[in-house]
Amino acid sequence: MAYQFEFAPVFEHVDLLLAGAGFTLALTAVGAVLGIGLGIIGAICRAWKLKPFDWLFGIYVEVIRNTPFLVQLFFIFFGLPSLGIRMTEWHAAVLAMVINLGAYSTEIIRAGIQATPRGQIEAAQSLALSRAQIFRHVVLRPALAKVWPALTSQVIIVMLGSAVCSQIATEELTFAANFIQSRNFRAFETYFVTTAMYFLMALLIRQLLIQIGHRFVTGRAR
Amino acid sequence: MQSTRRPFLRSLCGLVAGIAVAGVIGTSTAHADVLASVQKAGTLRVAVPQDFPPFGSVGTDLKPRGYDIDMANLIGKELGVKVELIPVTSTNRIPYLTTGKADLVISSLGKNPEREAVIDFSDAYAPFFNGVFGPEDGAVSKVEDLDGKTVGVTRGSVEDLELTKIASPKVTIKRFEDNNATISAYLTGQVQFVATGNVVAAAVNDMTKLRRLGSKFLIKNSPCYVATAKGESALMGKVNAIIAKAKQDGTLNEIAQRWLNAPLPKDL
Repeated sequence: MAYQFEFAPVFEHVDLLLAGAGFTLALTAVGAVLGIGLGIIGAICRAWKLKPFDWLFGIYVEVIRNTPFLVQLFFIFFGLPSLGIRMTEWHAAVLAMVINLGAYSTEIIRAGIQATPRGQIEAAQSLALSRAQIFRHVVLRPALAKVWPALTSQVIIVMLGSAVCSQIATEELTFAANFIQSRNFRAFETYFVTTAMYFLMALLIRQLLIQIGHRFVTGRAR
Repeated sequence: MQSTRRPFLRSLCGLVAGIAVAGVIGTSTAHADVLASVQKAGTLRVAVPQDFPPFGSVGTDLKPRGYDIDMANLIGKELGVKVELIPVTSTNRIPYLTTGKADLVISSLGKNPEREAVIDFSDAYAPFFNGVFGPEDGAVSKVEDLDGKTVGVTRGSVEDLELTKIASPKVTIKRFEDNNATISAYLTGQVQFVATGNVVAAAVNDMTKLRRLGSKFLIKNSPCYVATAKGESALMGKVNAIIAKAKQDGTLNEIAQRWLNAPLPKDL
């Protein structure tokens, strides 16, 4: 039962692992910014029932939240080429992540917007704030502040979920791990290191988003 | 306890003795002239695969079919004896031969020094290779031609390891999780070429007309041989003569066309 750990064969490929981690973080950053942006638009359409966008976003949210991420990815990468839409594995991975996060954040942010009391908006109107000002300061920002922890964990879920992008040969962290493991057969050590790296990356993203939240969202309005 | 243990021990002794006797008989037949005993019995016992299409699988009529089965029947016909097919797996095909349970193994068997130490190999009868496949009109005939192209491959496979060694850094190698993803990537145009086995390519060409897989160049060659027990030179001489004749008169080419969808390579 005494397993001999040998990490040296894994660390020989440390450059691959770091490059993979970098790609995972880049994927997550682009996916998070665009995904949350999409979520804000979706939430506005849903909260104010802007026809026909509210039900279009409704269908989108239901379809994406009730199908596996891997299948969505395969749909984009292996399915769409049949319609002549062909993209690289990078574009397919980013698109899948944006679409996925967009659906979840639509619902998260909508919950935040709908939790804003009606009286708060009426109070702003009585203070003669413009529509844009009301939206920005009285609706969106408090809404984001309320759901910021939920958004943070959703971004982390998407980052961890990006591991399946290795299936379409996107060279992110899990791809690097699978590659190394296929060459040195040190599966235990390889995934040991990879797990630790994902864990650290998740902590890093959480800290980063908490800081961003303090600075721009939950912090006192200026 | 005692009364139950005694008969058990006795039967165990009997079993051991039986195995020993069977072993002696088994080895003695293995060293006899198999060709003579085949001709005397009028049946040739051939070990064939049952789970490795297109070499050997079970058809919808529950009968074995495939390249190796056709090959077995060809040899049987030429020897003028009936063929008895024995389905084997890739792990037990050599033991069937060494213990005298089969006269020939025709089971997509490749040659290597370890195997050559215990059994004898005929001339090659079927092509089996890893190579790069792509569109029929793709102008690639050697590894240098791949520069600037994308090649799909299944991660960790023999093709992956070999291609990684020989391809220049200008080749984009995309490594997929399994064979299906690699093939899908090719069929949907996500990669321009794939590296895989000729058998896989034949099976894909058989199943879909989306995008044909034409053979471009060879990465690693490991053709299939008919095997006999060690030292059966009479039988081996016959088998080689039959293979040579089948190559000459086009019979083997027909079998290759039928099962691999490709002509027999000239250098086989």
